[in-house]
Amino acid sequence: MNVFSDNWRAILTAFGITVEMTLIAGVIALVVGFLLAALRVSPIPLARGAAASYVRLIRNTPLLLIMLIFAFGLPELDFRPRFNLNKVFGVQDQSPLLNFDIFFLFATIALGMYTAAFVCEAVRSGVNSISIGQAEAARSIGMTFSQTVREVILPQAFRAVIPPLASIMIAMTKNSSLAAGVGVTEAAFLMRKLTNDNGDKVFLIFMGFAIGYIVLVAIISATASFLERKVGTA
Amino acid sequence: MAANVLFDAPGPNTRRRHLVYSVVFVVVILSALTWVGFKLKSAGQFEPRIFEDLFASNILKALFDGMLNTLKAAALAIVLSVVLGFLLAVGRLSDHRLVAVPCRWVIEFFRAVPLLLLIILIFGLLGGRGMETSTRGLISLVGGLMLYNGAVLAEVFRAGIGAVPKGQSEAAYAIGMRKTQVMNIVLVPQAVRIMLPTIISQCVVVLKDTSLGFIVAYGELLRETRLVAQFVNNNLWPYLLAALMYIVLNSIVSAVATYAQKRSAGRGSKSDTPAAVEGAGMETGRAGAAAV
Repeated sequence: MNVFSDNWRAILTAFGITVEMTLIAGVIALVVGFLLAALRVSPIPLARGAAASYVRLIRNTPLLLIMLIFAFGLPELDFRPRFNLNKVFGVQDQSPLLNFDIFFLFATIALGMYTAAFVCEAVRSGVNSISIGQAEAARSIGMTFSQTVREVILPQAFRAVIPPLASIMIAMTKNSSLAAGVGVTEAAFLMRKLTNDNGDKVFLIFMGFAIGYIVLVAIISATASFLERKVGTA
Repeated sequence: MAANVLFDAPGPNTRRRHLVYSVVFVVVILSALTWVGFKLKSAGQFEPRIFEDLFASNILKALFDGMLNTLKAAALAIVLSVVLGFLLAVGRLSDHRLVAVPCRWVIEFFRAVPLLLLIILIFGLLGGRGMETSTRGLISLVGGLMLYNGAVLAEVFRAGIGAVPKGQSEAAYAIGMRKTQVMNIVLVPQAVRIMLPTIISQCVVVLKDTSLGFIVAYGELLRETRLVAQFVNNNLWPYLLAALMYIVLNSIVSAVATYAQKRSAGRGSKSDTPAAVEGAGMETGRAGAAAV
């Protein structure tokens, strides 16, 4: 029988979990990444150093290891959050999409915190790409540091930063597949299960899942070019 | 932009204010660390028994073997992906569209697909042949890394060739060289210097990505760490130790990359070299080539 028509529900659910992870981790990565970038250009040496060390540590550690530390290490501290929205919404037929178990939560937080380091670097080089005269002009008409950054630098940096941020978000979508390693039942996890069960259709299954990921990547690319046009004309 | 354009050199008041911020910052960090420390202590994570178990010679040897396996997989993957990347880049730059277009598709496809999917694919294709588990894991890990990083490096090579000033190839054509000669004698030697730092920093990515061997049961550092964690019955310290090992390894590779960048920028003594390096990094485009 056809692997895809037999398992379409499971496949949709698995990609749904991938999308959930990507969205939540994306928000974490952008918020934390922008905060880190703010620390990295701030006047306080200690803040600059702290942000730089965070970026350095994270960039040199494999994501899967960070996920394992979060997923297996943190529960040792009796830190076990869990959100089962099935109960909140009173869903009878328990959907895995609404059941955020600790492995999902920790893998997602790990993915977000990991990606934040790269977002920080992209934003910082975006800030660096703004011509020096812009900051000088802002400073010379008496704007403070935070005014200069908020009113002059960031609006321009935002535009320069969209393409690199898009490639970071794309890489993050692909990296969400590593959550399979800590037992999150997302797309790569299901692909491994299906290839184990159907040894003769490995390549077919791979192509199906690859196309699924390529569609997600294409959506992010399209959103980025839309944003770029939008900010570009403003 | 130098950070010091954004703000004036701090005066005495500002310095005092920054000192207050710094003290608050340190206090917050220290109290967070103390809280984590108390949590760890109450969870029994500072029992001396744990460290006696963890630093036993057989455990350290297992981790060391894991590290050697990591390095082995990384070295194989880097060499193979440089070769594949070179071939793909040559194909991509070919004047024959019949060669260039398929090469471009192959590059785009392998860059867009998650590495883990490639590894699972090869692992699945190798199944049912009675192959030894560790060999099967190694081949699927190295194969996946080769396909993915080969495609990424192909774009790096292409961008590096593109970053050589146009006048170079124009001059070479003008004195009557053929395309192969222009490539081999003029463009490639200059491009290698431009892209060497990018290639070496890609090595850090490969070294980190060997951790995916975990999922196909190849005994690299992370897999061994998991086994050690189960053996000493502790889910925290073995991972932190492994993180330290990865950080040391990668810092060494990063330091080499920085050295190569300084050297290539210094030896060129052309003002455009650093910009060209930047360009080689930027032009690799958006399809997920960021070294994340």
